[in-house]
Amino acid sequence: MAARISVPQNARRGDSIEIRVAIQHPMETGYRTDDNGTSIPKNVINKLACRYNGAEVFRAEMGSGISANPYLSFFIIAANSGELRFDWVDDAGVTGSERTSIIVAG
Amino acid sequence: MKIFLHRRGFIARIAALMVLPFVAQRRAFAQSEAVDSLIEKITGGAPLQRGRVKLEIPTLADNGNSVSLRVVVDSPMTPSNHVKSIHLIAPKNPRPGVASFFYGAGAGRPQISTRIRLSGSQGVIAVAALSDGSFWAATAEVAVTVSACWDAS
Repeated sequence: MAARISVPQNARRGDSIEIRVAIQHPMETGYRTDDNGTSIPKNVINKLACRYNGAEVFRAEMGSGISANPYLSFFIIAANSGELRFDWVDDAGVTGSERTSIIVAG
Repeated sequence: MKIFLHRRGFIARIAALMVLPFVAQRRAFAQSEAVDSLIEKITGGAPLQRGRVKLEIPTLADNGNSVSLRVVVDSPMTPSNHVKSIHLIAPKNPRPGVASFFYGAGAGRPQISTRIRLSGSQGVIAVAALSDGSFWAATAEVAVTVSACWDAS
């Protein structure tokens, strides 16, 4: 699962910074059928967690009401330089992961 | 003018008038059993109040497969006063529970943007759970031209 994650590379301590996540995924609702008329099973990214230096700062639990190629924007407080880690999993058990580093000054 | 002549009846009417807004408030978010139980699961039966949540979503959406929205909650996000979670409900969707977002310590401004599917025109609900145990909500009507799943695709 390809993902695009945008995190400001530099931030000042205490700033509220925007994190944007876009993951390529069909977010299959389970209500569609293929060309042969057989139904396509539901398969959505049901959970995405964002950890900042090991601690979970944000978590999304999603259903079939989230559009294909889910996009999320949320905010965290820049506390210390370090690593932001994103982990997600879909109904089929396929996991994805991405990490970025952030430098916090001040 | 008869109500002023019968004291007992008058008191009962005033009492009824005072209760009415609370009943109306509960009804404002109530739509179906599925939505009621979803809200109940979030609030645990605590009252859901209108306010403190801003739900920005277009009033007219051309494509129900992808409707952009933004939720902003009025909260200082301090350790003692912060948003614990934000929930999105689309009452007319086959599965009304769209998504839930949970904030840990270190979360920033309580604002979330995403894109959702809408199966037809409906009043979308955003619910915020605050650390003081209160629950706040906003609703926004969206007219959908082409519904997600109108042709089962």
